[in-house]
Amino acid sequence: MDRSQCLYILVGGSHLMAIAKKAIVWGLFAAGGTLTAFVVPALIGLFLLIATGNIPDGLQFDQIHAFAASWLGKACLFIVLFLSLWHAAHRLRGVAHDFGIRQDTLVANTVYAVAAIGSLLAAFYLFSIR
Amino acid sequence: MSRRPYVREMSKTTWYMRNKRYKVYVMRELSSFLVGFYTFFVIYALGILATGSAEKWDSFLAAQQNTGMIIFHGLALLYFLFFQTFPWFKLAPKAMPVQLGEKKLPDSYIIVGHYVAWIVVSAFIFWLAGVI
Repeated sequence: MDRSQCLYILVGGSHLMAIAKKAIVWGLFAAGGTLTAFVVPALIGLFLLIATGNIPDGLQFDQIHAFAASWLGKACLFIVLFLSLWHAAHRLRGVAHDFGIRQDTLVANTVYAVAAIGSLLAAFYLFSIR
Repeated sequence: MSRRPYVREMSKTTWYMRNKRYKVYVMRELSSFLVGFYTFFVIYALGILATGSAEKWDSFLAAQQNTGMIIFHGLALLYFLFFQTFPWFKLAPKAMPVQLGEKKLPDSYIIVGHYVAWIVVSAFIFWLAGVI
């Protein structure tokens, strides 16, 4: 293999990596957008019910604890929280740009780090509910 | 490139105030704050649940019951519906067009499909929470 071929593969490889990385970030963003569009209104509705003092049976301690203790409940909650966090992080990165903050690398690292911390926290709490 | 390129003057922080389209765009993007806020709110609630104490959960629920929270959640719900959920459904046929042979499935079918699915999902969540 001569040098130009080697270079070609290297450049092609990093380019593919960049595409793959972009696809993951964008895929999580799109999945999160759809999920939040579908789920968050009902979630706010539940908080609204709580605020008015009409607490649904499913949100009383025994029931909600049992739900979060089940593996299906854990999986549902984690997927919703994880995708929502990534979706919000990705869009807040754009919002920062729109409001004149142009240090994109710093902003991106910050928002994705907060999303990662939130995801880990959710995983930790879910894991300790049993 | 010319030596003195024309640079249109534009504020980096208030550019979207110039026209309605941009204002709506920025309003829509700001709904991501609500997504972030409610996600961390749920994680906070999970943290209380993780203590395993029914008393702490009950006092968390009690702390949520006030007029301020009713107004906040009410406004958040309206904002979220009009600047996230409905626009997302509206753009769905553009983001994922469905092709059937030579033809495309009409946009209205995809949009109505999303609304129906949304009602089903919401009903399922309310059923899961014991509301209905």
